[in-house]
Amino acid sequence: MPETTYLDANELLINMGPQHPATHGVLRVKLKLDGERVLGSECVIGYLHRGVEKIAENRTYAQFAPYTDRMDYVAAVTNGMGYVEAVEKLLGVEIPPRAQYTRMVLAELQRLASHLLWLGTHALDLGAMTPVFYTFREREEILKIFEKYCGARLTTHAFRIGGLQYDLYDGFEQECLKFCDYLLPKIDEYEQLLTRNRIWIDRTRGVGVLSAADAVAYGVTGPVLRGSGVKWDIRKAQPYEAYDKIEFEVPVGQHGDTYDRYIVRIQEMRQSVRIIRQCVERLAPGPIFGKVGKVIKPPVGEVYHSIEAPKGELGYFVVSDGSTNPYRVRVRPPSFVNLQALDIMIRGYLVADVVAVIGTLDIVLGEVDR
Amino acid sequence: MPQNSIDILQAHPYILALIKILIVLLVLSGIVAYLVYMERKVLSFMQARLGPMRVGPWGLLQPVADGIKLLLKEDIIPAGADKFIFLLAPTISVMTAFTVFAVIPFAGNFYISDINVGLLFILGVSSLGIYGIILGGWSSNSHYPLLGAMRSAAQLVSYEVAAGMALVGVLLLSNSLSMVEIVNRQQQMGVWNVFLQPVAFVIYLIAGLAETNRNPFDLPEAESELTAGFHTEYSGFRFALYFLAEYTNMVVVSCIAVTMFLGGWLRPFASVRALDFLRFAPVASLAGAAAFILWLGLKSLLPLERYFFVALAITCVLLAGAVAIPAVLNAIQGIFWFSLKVLVFLYAFIWYRGTFPRYRYDQLMAVGWRWMIPTALGNLIVTAVVRYFVSARA
Repeated sequence: MPETTYLDANELLINMGPQHPATHGVLRVKLKLDGERVLGSECVIGYLHRGVEKIAENRTYAQFAPYTDRMDYVAAVTNGMGYVEAVEKLLGVEIPPRAQYTRMVLAELQRLASHLLWLGTHALDLGAMTPVFYTFREREEILKIFEKYCGARLTTHAFRIGGLQYDLYDGFEQECLKFCDYLLPKIDEYEQLLTRNRIWIDRTRGVGVLSAADAVAYGVTGPVLRGSGVKWDIRKAQPYEAYDKIEFEVPVGQHGDTYDRYIVRIQEMRQSVRIIRQCVERLAPGPIFGKVGKVIKPPVGEVYHSIEAPKGELGYFVVSDGSTNPYRVRVRPPSFVNLQALDIMIRGYLVADVVAVIGTLDIVLGEVDR
Repeated sequence: MPQNSIDILQAHPYILALIKILIVLLVLSGIVAYLVYMERKVLSFMQARLGPMRVGPWGLLQPVADGIKLLLKEDIIPAGADKFIFLLAPTISVMTAFTVFAVIPFAGNFYISDINVGLLFILGVSSLGIYGIILGGWSSNSHYPLLGAMRSAAQLVSYEVAAGMALVGVLLLSNSLSMVEIVNRQQQMGVWNVFLQPVAFVIYLIAGLAETNRNPFDLPEAESELTAGFHTEYSGFRFALYFLAEYTNMVVVSCIAVTMFLGGWLRPFASVRALDFLRFAPVASLAGAAAFILWLGLKSLLPLERYFFVALAITCVLLAGAVAIPAVLNAIQGIFWFSLKVLVFLYAFIWYRGTFPRYRYDQLMAVGWRWMIPTALGNLIVTAVVRYFVSARA
């Protein structure tokens, strides 16, 4: 904590977390305060460290996949997708279009679920207690689709290396389209509650400002980066699966404040609905598995593959020594990198804003600590 | 016998007053208990959930269960606390909250007392309520309660100024501080004060929210932030007292708003003869309640619950019949309209809680001092000037 106080006597060191309702898990933040103003902060992480990367070295490629679900546990589908794709890249297999579009539909549904959860808890942190019940109601519908598809709601392990284990169940397409039609008016409803709400604007506009230069310097990605006005979305920049065949826009903010990040995420939800609709249209019958052997033994080499997870760039760096187990798996989690920007985002703001900024960063501690 | 008892009452006027006080106190405690139930239910229905459902049919006995739970809990006094003040503080809050009802006219024929400085009395007594909060927070000898108490006190004091000034606007119109007189004056003018003083009404409403620490001004109890409020160290019955005081204050604010701005016990458009059929509103609302309860009961799958609701519906029908007797109907007109208006206010309080985010502390103070107080002052000056010229012409 580098900065000194305006008046040394007023300096107050307080501890927030790890058991604090607004830190979204077991995050501990040491705050240095001048009255109620934040002079500096230090994040203490590791309360949820499970050594996931080390575990990978003692598991086969296929065995490690379920562990990825447990990092960002509110976006298990995209987490698994990133890993599975990285290994596929290492193997050099092509996966059939039906599997690709299925993955995209589920991944976008997961993005919606993650953003819905974020919206509810973020609003709750700022004292609006109603949105959280609405967003959980909608999220439930998504989880039901997951459950029908793969039997799990939270830690789905939805994909396999090379494709899908299960084909889609009958009526999946209709259910997805029905959900899209159901969700759009609900998003309008959330906006009615918050977007032009005077108090919401007062609490979020100009709070936790992150300039585009700072955002890039800190390696921040995802909606936080786009809220600062940098148009960077892996789905557009380095398209994976079949995102290059799909039409959608990348919403960006201007000021890089909490309000802009809120708007960006809300817009992203609308775009996700758009993507789901297009993907469902292209779901033609066909094979769901690429040419992958029973035993996965990639050639010696290394690969870095990143996808656009709901929270930002999720990257997997996988090194193969030619055996059945990965030599090393390194995860680049969006939450961990985004959390680094917390300090510069809250400096100079009030204690009540810390809660708002932690909420707007949309971190999941399972992913930060791994 | 009746003649005899009336004689006794006339010889000892304080007996009647005591009976009235007892009625008000008991009824009010019950209302406050069920206000909590109403809050939980209304909020739940706004949030796509059911709320309390387990204790009694539709959770109707929840307040009783809560009360018993709080009474039986251990009463903890922190080691470093100033014991005497710690024990005293909650009672100050409750007493001041209930004392206000002494001068609130529930109906033209039912109030405990009508003193000629009624409004001044209310403002004075409710200001004393701050002592309950400050002393409670201070005597706990703990950081967070102290911070919470300071915040509460700062909030209450600054919004009280705005509320007081808004009420003065009404005083200029009614030429009296007596609550009964203020309502009578609205009857004479044939128009409620809210139409003459809309700005003051809005200011009072917002200040009322802030004074009762309700969302969006519920900072002293903001769970997601630093302080859990002045009553952090309180437990059991003393906590219940603070709780009671808080909800009583909600009723107080609603009662004052109704009396000052919404014509107290008068029915809507009291001077319009064509709307005289509104006299039968109590009968209609009881019948409506009966129909609703019956519908709920018939929908219920539990036989016991079904019987209970049917019985309740029959009681409502009988009550509606009793109320339809002209003498009774006339007698309860005032109290019915007054309660109805207060209920609308209380509903609005809950509604706001379901709608708004919370203000930040500095924003709250900024709203109070930069907007509310200047606006209230401006409203006061304009009212005074207009009033002067109107009366000069007349």
